[in-house]
Amino acid sequence: MEINEAVLEEKERTGFLLRELFHRHGFSRYRMGKFEEYDLYSRNKDFLMSDGVITFTDTGGRLMALKPDVTLSMVKNLRDCGEGLQKLYYHENVYRVSAGADGFREETQVGVECMGRVDGKVISEVLRMAAESLATLSPSYVLEISHLDLLSALVDGVALDDGMRKSILACAGEKNLHGISEICRAAGLHPGAEEGLLALLGTYGPPRAILPTIRQIAAANGCAEAAQSLSQSVAGFMGTEAEEKIWIDFSATGDLKYYNGIAFKGFLWGIPDPVLSGGQYDALMRRMRRKDRAIGFAVFLNRLDRLTEKGEK
Amino acid sequence: MEARVSPEQTLNVALPKGRLGEKVYGLFAQAGFPCPSILESSRKLIFENPEAGVRYFWVKPSDVAIYVARGAADIGVAGKDILLEYRPEVYELMDLGIGKCRMAVAAPVGFRENPERPLRVATKFSRIARDYYGGMGRDIEIIHLNGSIEIAPILGLSDVIVDIVETGTTLRENHLEVREEIVPISARLIANKSGFKFKRAAVERLMAGLEGREQ
Repeated sequence: MEINEAVLEEKERTGFLLRELFHRHGFSRYRMGKFEEYDLYSRNKDFLMSDGVITFTDTGGRLMALKPDVTLSMVKNLRDCGEGLQKLYYHENVYRVSAGADGFREETQVGVECMGRVDGKVISEVLRMAAESLATLSPSYVLEISHLDLLSALVDGVALDDGMRKSILACAGEKNLHGISEICRAAGLHPGAEEGLLALLGTYGPPRAILPTIRQIAAANGCAEAAQSLSQSVAGFMGTEAEEKIWIDFSATGDLKYYNGIAFKGFLWGIPDPVLSGGQYDALMRRMRRKDRAIGFAVFLNRLDRLTEKGEK
Repeated sequence: MEARVSPEQTLNVALPKGRLGEKVYGLFAQAGFPCPSILESSRKLIFENPEAGVRYFWVKPSDVAIYVARGAADIGVAGKDILLEYRPEVYELMDLGIGKCRMAVAAPVGFRENPERPLRVATKFSRIARDYYGGMGRDIEIIHLNGSIEIAPILGLSDVIVDIVETGTTLRENHLEVREEIVPISARLIANKSGFKFKRAAVERLMAGLEGREQ
């Protein structure tokens, strides 16, 4: 029996289209329960997209939570596979406080996670899938990619302590270059100490135009390897239709306690928040005593409502 | 005749109502985004110049960041106080260097703090106050007010206030004095993170104009 598409909500239709895309790339479905022990989230609070978790005590007296996140559960519940590679996708509801929402909301997300031997080839494939996912949603998209090892090396070059590092990274995420200079002056650094970092953050756009500058900045700051890894990760887009929709932009940051290497966000024309977010999270794996490397991304289906609204108009 | 900019590329700008907004409009017009109809006195709130590819909205100053974060405006001008208090998910592209003032702690002249009890702080800026005193490890009790903050210590509602100080005249007239400066404040150019990517050329042209650079 075939399903009449007219009975599907837009969010369901999009979810199925993305699942089909992930399946085509050789990913298998990962299913999970709705609950997880609260302890997992209390130990990794900063990893969550929002503060606040819905908790309850189960019949055995354990403090449980309605899942606010999928990745943490997968990292906790899967086993290392060493030289192998687990390619998994999910389609789940999560419960979190949304920006602008007064209280908790149920949100649907689909996403992929690769754990195991994550090499340059795997990273390129995941980036390609992220671009294909965005293209499935709208022809007007931008996939913003950064390299956290390169960014963090330049931030560490000026930050005197953890607090300063955190403030500078927050400014980096806001493209607040004057704020970074103010922080450096207040810390007593000599004028120009942050020049390399400002140059990195001020260089953004399609890879072909800006990679040569990024390589120069990286080489001058002893991070040529990170720039090389970034170049290789986006090489697959060169000469394709997607090339102009890829941006290298170091304002795509993440909490360095969990993320490292490639980080990325996807934007659609007319939607104010990123609809896709992902990156490498080897640091999270180490924190949770996992040896595998990992990369993944999630698409936030609730944020696509605006696309439907435009259709309604 | 100049070509009209397509509606998709029109830059939507949220301006703070009032003197600061009028000053900002002057800077934007000089930077290549004029919209003369905005100067005509009327009760209209939205003004557009299709030739220059710009649409301005007058909004309450504290709402500018909301319009920008939610994508109703691509860019806007908001005080650093609002950005620190509400932490909207936006880019902070430039310090415009206008609307300068400072966020400060003020208290009645001669006030002596009792360190053995929590300090009572009246303010509109709860987060800024909490972050400031939290950083010093000082226990405080926040009394959130929406206006006339200066009278709170006079009436015994609070020990001190955390508020914006421009010239200090209001403080002096109410027998208050600045005790500590928390952070300097000025107007900032902010942009929606998604809008910035799709209207990059227009935003960068405006920034270049504001900095007096040719583009």
